[in-house]
Amino acid sequence: MAEARTASASDQRLLEIAGEMGITTVFDRAASMKECPIGSGASGVCCKMCAMGPCRLVTRRGQKVVGVCGASVETIAARNFARMVAGGTAAHSDHGREVSNVFLAAAKGEIAGYEIRDEAKLRMVAGVLGVPTDGRSTRDIAIAVGEMAVGEYGKQAGELLFIRRAPQRRQEIWRRLGVVPRGIDREVVETMHRTTMGVDQDYENITFQATRTALADGWGGSMLATELQDILFRTPVPVRGQVNLGVLEEKQVNIVIHGHEPLLSEMIVRAAREPEMVALAKSLGAEGINISGICCTANEVLVRHGVPVAGNFLQQELAITTGAVEAMVVDVQCVMQGLADVAQCFHTDLITTSPRAKIAGATHIQFNEHDAISTAREIVKRAVGNFPKRKGNVQIPKEKYDLVAGFSHETINYMLGGSFRASYTPLNDNIINGRIRGIAGVVGCNNPRVPHDVVHNELVKELIANNVLVVQTGCAAIACAKSGFTVPEAARKYAGAGLAEVCEAVGIPPVLHSGACVDNSRILIACTEMVKTGGLGNDISDLPVAGAAPEWMSEKAIAIGQYFVASGVFTVFGVHWPTAASQEYTDYLFKGHEGLYGGKWACEPDPAKMAAAIIDHIDGKRTALGINVKKERKLFDMADRRELATG
Amino acid sequence: MSRIIAAAAIRGAHKIVNRADGKLAEALAAYGPEKTVEFPNTGYYLPIIYGMTGVAVETLGDMTKVMERTRGLLPPLVTDQVWLPYLGHTLDAGMATLFAEEIEEALKYLQDPIPYLANEPNPMNGQLWLGAANDVILRERGIQFVDGTAPGFAAIVGAVPDNETAVRIARELQQRNLYVFMCSDSGGRRFAEQLREADVQMGWETRLVPFGTDLSAAVFALGFATRAAMSFGGIAPGDYRRILLYNKDRVFAFVLALGPVDDEKYANAAGAINWGFPCIADTDIPEILPTGVCTYEHVVSKVPHDQIVNRAVEVRGLKVAVSEVPVPVPFGPAFEGEVVRREDMQLEFGGKYSTAFEFLRTRELDEIEDHKIEVIGPDVDTVPVGGSLPLGILCEVAGRQMQPDFEPILERRIHTFINEANSIWHMGQRDLIWARIGKDAYKAGFRLNHFGEILWAQLHHEFGAIVDKVQVTIYTEQEQVEKLLPVAQQAYQERDERVAGMTDESVEIFYSCSLCQSFAPNHVCIITPERLGLCGAYNWLDGKASYQINPTGPNQPVEKGRCLDPLKGQWEGINAFVYEKSHKHLEKFNAYSMMEEPMTSCGCFECIIALIPEANGVMVVNREHPGMTPCGMRFTTLAGSVGGGLQTPGFVGVGRLYLTSKKFILAEGGLPRIVWMPKALKDAMRDRLQKRCQEIGMEDLLDKIADETNAESVDDLLPYLEQVGHPALTMDPMF
Repeated sequence: MAEARTASASDQRLLEIAGEMGITTVFDRAASMKECPIGSGASGVCCKMCAMGPCRLVTRRGQKVVGVCGASVETIAARNFARMVAGGTAAHSDHGREVSNVFLAAAKGEIAGYEIRDEAKLRMVAGVLGVPTDGRSTRDIAIAVGEMAVGEYGKQAGELLFIRRAPQRRQEIWRRLGVVPRGIDREVVETMHRTTMGVDQDYENITFQATRTALADGWGGSMLATELQDILFRTPVPVRGQVNLGVLEEKQVNIVIHGHEPLLSEMIVRAAREPEMVALAKSLGAEGINISGICCTANEVLVRHGVPVAGNFLQQELAITTGAVEAMVVDVQCVMQGLADVAQCFHTDLITTSPRAKIAGATHIQFNEHDAISTAREIVKRAVGNFPKRKGNVQIPKEKYDLVAGFSHETINYMLGGSFRASYTPLNDNIINGRIRGIAGVVGCNNPRVPHDVVHNELVKELIANNVLVVQTGCAAIACAKSGFTVPEAARKYAGAGLAEVCEAVGIPPVLHSGACVDNSRILIACTEMVKTGGLGNDISDLPVAGAAPEWMSEKAIAIGQYFVASGVFTVFGVHWPTAASQEYTDYLFKGHEGLYGGKWACEPDPAKMAAAIIDHIDGKRTALGINVKKERKLFDMADRRELATG
Repeated sequence: MSRIIAAAAIRGAHKIVNRADGKLAEALAAYGPEKTVEFPNTGYYLPIIYGMTGVAVETLGDMTKVMERTRGLLPPLVTDQVWLPYLGHTLDAGMATLFAEEIEEALKYLQDPIPYLANEPNPMNGQLWLGAANDVILRERGIQFVDGTAPGFAAIVGAVPDNETAVRIARELQQRNLYVFMCSDSGGRRFAEQLREADVQMGWETRLVPFGTDLSAAVFALGFATRAAMSFGGIAPGDYRRILLYNKDRVFAFVLALGPVDDEKYANAAGAINWGFPCIADTDIPEILPTGVCTYEHVVSKVPHDQIVNRAVEVRGLKVAVSEVPVPVPFGPAFEGEVVRREDMQLEFGGKYSTAFEFLRTRELDEIEDHKIEVIGPDVDTVPVGGSLPLGILCEVAGRQMQPDFEPILERRIHTFINEANSIWHMGQRDLIWARIGKDAYKAGFRLNHFGEILWAQLHHEFGAIVDKVQVTIYTEQEQVEKLLPVAQQAYQERDERVAGMTDESVEIFYSCSLCQSFAPNHVCIITPERLGLCGAYNWLDGKASYQINPTGPNQPVEKGRCLDPLKGQWEGINAFVYEKSHKHLEKFNAYSMMEEPMTSCGCFECIIALIPEANGVMVVNREHPGMTPCGMRFTTLAGSVGGGLQTPGFVGVGRLYLTSKKFILAEGGLPRIVWMPKALKDAMRDRLQKRCQEIGMEDLLDKIADETNAESVDDLLPYLEQVGHPALTMDPMF
C-alpha cells in the first residue's frame, strides 16, 4: 500500500519500481518488522545493561515489577532515556570535534583547502569564548579559538564556555540545578557510567545528568560545530535551491553526498566544479557533474552553496533506485546499511569516507583532512569513471521544487533591518502586536513508522495557517521544502493573514530553513536573541515558542529535545514515546520538567493535535506576557522620550 | 505588496548610484582627487556618510572610497519568483542611495554659482533653495528638537495639485510645531514653489525649509537628523546603529510623498526608514504595515490631503498638543520666527514709532476677573495701513500658587506667545517692545482683544498650575500708556535688584533640569542662583517656577546638602542626585570648576569655555561664531567633545550670563582667566562684562581680552596677551 507510506507521488512510483526489481527498502523492512512493544516503550521497558538480564518489564496498572537487580521501571526508563541522550550528544559532539580539529589545523596553516572565511564571525565567537581580539591577527585569534574549542571536549571542570551565551536567568536556573556541563566528553562518559549496572538508580538524579549531557550537545558540541563551520565555510545567507530526486540529472554524472559533516562534502563540491573534472566527465559522455545531497550533508552544502537536495532520510535508498547515481558518498550518521544492498543492484558506488563509519560491501576511501581536496578529487574521479557503466533503466522523477534556505541567526538579524539596523526588533514587535502568534521549531528525522513527510507537512501547514512562524532544520526542513512551504510565495498561499503580512514585508517564506540538525543550536541563539531584544520576557521559557520533532527516529532527536526542554522550550515529539510505559517517569518529563526548567516534553503522533498543543502553549505564553490583547498605539511626547532608556 | 516597493527601491538605488558615480567621475576629471569638497561651515563633513561610516569626506578622492563602499551596499535586483529576503537589502539600497545623493549634493557646491543660498537661514533675493544647513543653524534649530519646541520634521517630497492644499498642509504641520523640509518635484511642480506662489514666508525662521529642487536634496533632511544625533546625543561618527536608533526614538520625522512615487523616490524612502522615519503617501502605492524598523507602519498610502498630517503624526507615533487659542489666525511655535515685513504690515506698536510696554503683575484672587479682556483706546481698524498706535499691555494674574518671583518668568513669555500667531510679529520685552500686525492677520479679523485672548489662553495652558485667573487690559491711548509706564518701570527695577542679590549661599535648594534628557540621556543640569542653565534659557527662578507648575516635571528641587568644596562648588546632596539622574554615569561634579569634574552638557550650551594651556587661560566661544578659535577648533568641533553628557576637563558648556557671575570658574580664578572671545559676544555683553570687571577691580580687563580681530590662533594670541599684559599670564598655573 504505497499510498500510506509517503507524501510523495514520485517516491511512491520509485517504491513500486523497487518492488518490481525485487529491491527491499526501509519501507518494506518497516512493514515486515513490527516495532518491539517493550523496547519501544509502549507496553514495558527493557534493560540489557548486564548479563543477569535482559529484563523485560511489562507494566500493568497497579502492579509493581522490577528487574533482576531490583531496578524499577522508572530507573530503567530513565537509564534508557539518558543513554539515548548520551548517544545523540556523542554524535553531534563527535561531529563538532572533527570540525574543531580541522579548524585548529586550518588556523595553524597545517592543512590545505580550509581557511578562515568569515572573519566577523570568528571575532564574534572569540568574544564569546573570551579570546582577546584587539590588535591580534586573524591567525592568532583563530588558533586561540580553535584551541579553546578543542579544549571544550576534554575539559574536566568548570563550565562550558558557550553556556554564557544563554539568557542570564537561564544560566542561573542551570547553576541552581547543577546541570551546567563541565566538559562535553565528560558528560557523555559520566552518563554511560551512571546508567551501567548498579550505579545511579534514582530517576531524577539520572535525568539531571542526562540534562547536563544534552546541554553539552546544544550549547556545546552542536554549537561548536555550527559556529566553526560558519567560520570555515561562511555563515549561511539566504540562497535559492531545489529539492527532490528530480534534481538528479539524467545526462550528468550524479554524485549524492549523504551524512552530516560538511568537511569533505565542501571539498567534493569544490572538486566537482574544477574544469579538469568537468572535462573528464565530458570525455566520458556526460554533460557535467551534478552534486546533490541527502540528509544533513545536503542541508550543509545547500545553505552555503545552493547545492540541490536530492532528498531526506527515507529517500536515501530511493536515490539509488533511480539508476542515475554514479556514487553515493557517505560519512556519518543516518546512513542505512541497506544502501549497500540497493547499490549492488545498480552501477552505483557506495563510498564510505569516515574511519568511524564503514559499511560492509561499500568502497572505503578514507577522508584525509590533511589533503582533503585530493580525497575529494579521487572520489569525484571514481564517480565520473562510473558514468559509462550506467545501465539503461534510469528513472529520475520529474518533480523538483524551488526553495529558499540559509536562515542563520545572522541572516535573520540582517534581513530584518539591513546592514545598519540589523536586529530582532521587527520579529519581537510583530510577535507582540500579534501578527506573528509565536514561533515553532519543527525539526528532526523521518521515520517509516509514520507516513513519510506527512506528519511534518500537516503540522507545519496548520501552524503557519495559524500565524505561527516555523523554523526548521534537518530532514524536517527538506520535507517541507518538497511541499513548497519554504518559498516566499508560500506566505500568500498557506500562511495566516498576520504572518503573511510580515513575510511579505521581509520577503521571506513562512517556513525558514536554517540548516542541518546540528544547526538547532542556531535556534537556541535565535531564542536568546529574542529574549535580549526585549518585550518577550526575561528567559527563553517566557517566549511564545515551541519545538517539535514529528517524525523522529534518532537518538540525536532525544538529545536535541532534552536540551530544548532544559533551555525552557515546550517540545512535542511524534511517533511514540520511549518512556511511555513508566507513567511516573513520563509524568516527570511531561509535567515535572516544567517546574524545573520552564520547558517540558509531550508526545502526540497526530499532526492536528500536535499543532493544537503547540498553539495552546503559545497562546498560554502570550497570555502570561500580557500580549494576547490588541496593542495600543502609544504616541510619544517629550516626557515619554525623556523616559526612554539611555540612547 | 512590499515586494513591489523593494524591487522599485533597489532599482532606483542602482540608478542613483550609477548617476552619482558618473558625476563623481566628471568632477574628478575636471578637478583631480585633491579638490576640496564640503558643505558650508560644518564640522560634520558630509554628515550622513560621516555619521554612518565615520569617514570624513574632505576631497574628491575621499568620495571615491565612499563610492566603492556604496557600490558594495547595492543588493541584487528583486526577482519575480522565489525571491530572496528583500527588507534588509532594501534598507541597504536606501542607504546606498543617500550616500550617493550626498556626494551629488556636495558636488553642487563646486558649481559656480552654487545653486543654494549658502549660510542664509531664509530665502532671499529671489533665491528659494537653501541647501545644507550650516552648524550655526543646526545648533540654533536643533535645540528646539531637544527641548521639545519642535518634536521633529516632515520631509516633503513632491507637490500637491493646488497651492491652497500646499498652504493648508504647511500650516497644519507648523501648528504641530514640526519643521517642514522640502525637496524634489511632482510632475514639474514643487511644494516650496507652491508656497512661494501663495506668498508663504519660508526659511528656518518659519520652519518651512526649501532644501533643493532635486530629490537628492532629501539628504539635507537626513543629514540634519544625523548631525542632531552626533551633536546632541553625543554619539560618535561611525556609530551608525546608535545614530539611527537615536533618531528612531527621539527625532519624530517622517516623509510625506506627495504625488506619484517613482523608483528613485522609493529608494529615498527606503533610506529614510533606516532612521525610523516612515513614508506617508497621498497616492495609491503599496503599503508596508508591519512594524519594527520604524516604530509603527513603514509605508502608508492613499491618505487624503485633509487627513495626511494627522495620519503622518499618528504613524510616526508622535503626540503633539495643538494650542487651542481663540484667534482668527493659525497659531503655534512655528510661526514665532515669521517676520511681518513693512509692506505686509497693517500697523505697528513701539520700536521707534510709539510708546509701548508690557507688564505682568500679581493680584489677589478677588481683585481680578478671569478672561476679562479690555481694550481701552482705539482699535487697529482706526489706523491707516502702515500706521502705528501706542501700546500698553497690562496682564494681571492671580492664583494660590502664584508668587511675585514668578512675574518676570510669565512676563518674558508674552513675547513668545504673541509671536506665535501667524502674521503677528513681536520683539523685545518690558518697555522695549516692537510689534506688528500683518495685513493677513488684519484681513482675517485679528484685533487688539486677540492679544488678550492669546495671553489668557497661553498663560492658562502653560502656567495652569500656578495661575487661576488672567485678566488683560490693553491701552492704546498715549496718555494712559504714559501714566502706567512708570509703574511698570519701577517693578522692573525692583525685580532686577531682587535677582541680583541672590547667591548660591543664600539658598538651600538648587534646581535640576533634565529637559534635555530626551536628547542627551545621561546629562543633567544643576541650576543655581549664580549659574544659570547652560542653554541660557533657564535660571534658578525658572527652575523654581517650573517645579511649582509641574512637580514631576524636568525641574526638580535638589537639596544642596553639605558643602564639600566652596571654591569648586561641590555639595554632597548635589552629587548624590547627579549620580542617580545621570544613570550612574557621573559620580560628582563641580559647579565652579572647568578643570576638575566639570558639569556636563547636553549640547545646548550657548557658549563653550575651553582651556588654552599656552596662555594659562581660557577662551569663550558662542554658538553663533562661525570662525576658527585659538584652540584650533571651531565651535562645532568643540561641541563634539563637550556635549552628550560627557565630562571633559578643560572644556565646559555654559550659558552666556554665567560669564558675569561671581561664581564664573571660581576654582580657576574667574573672569581674569578669559583671554579670548568673539568680538560679537564681547560687544553684546559689554555692559555686563564691564560692570563685572569693575567689581573685581580690573577695569581694563575687557580690552585685554583678545578677539578674532587680534588672533585666531594661539601663535597670534600669545604675543597679543603679552603686549596688553593680560593678567592670566601671571596667574597660578591652571593645572
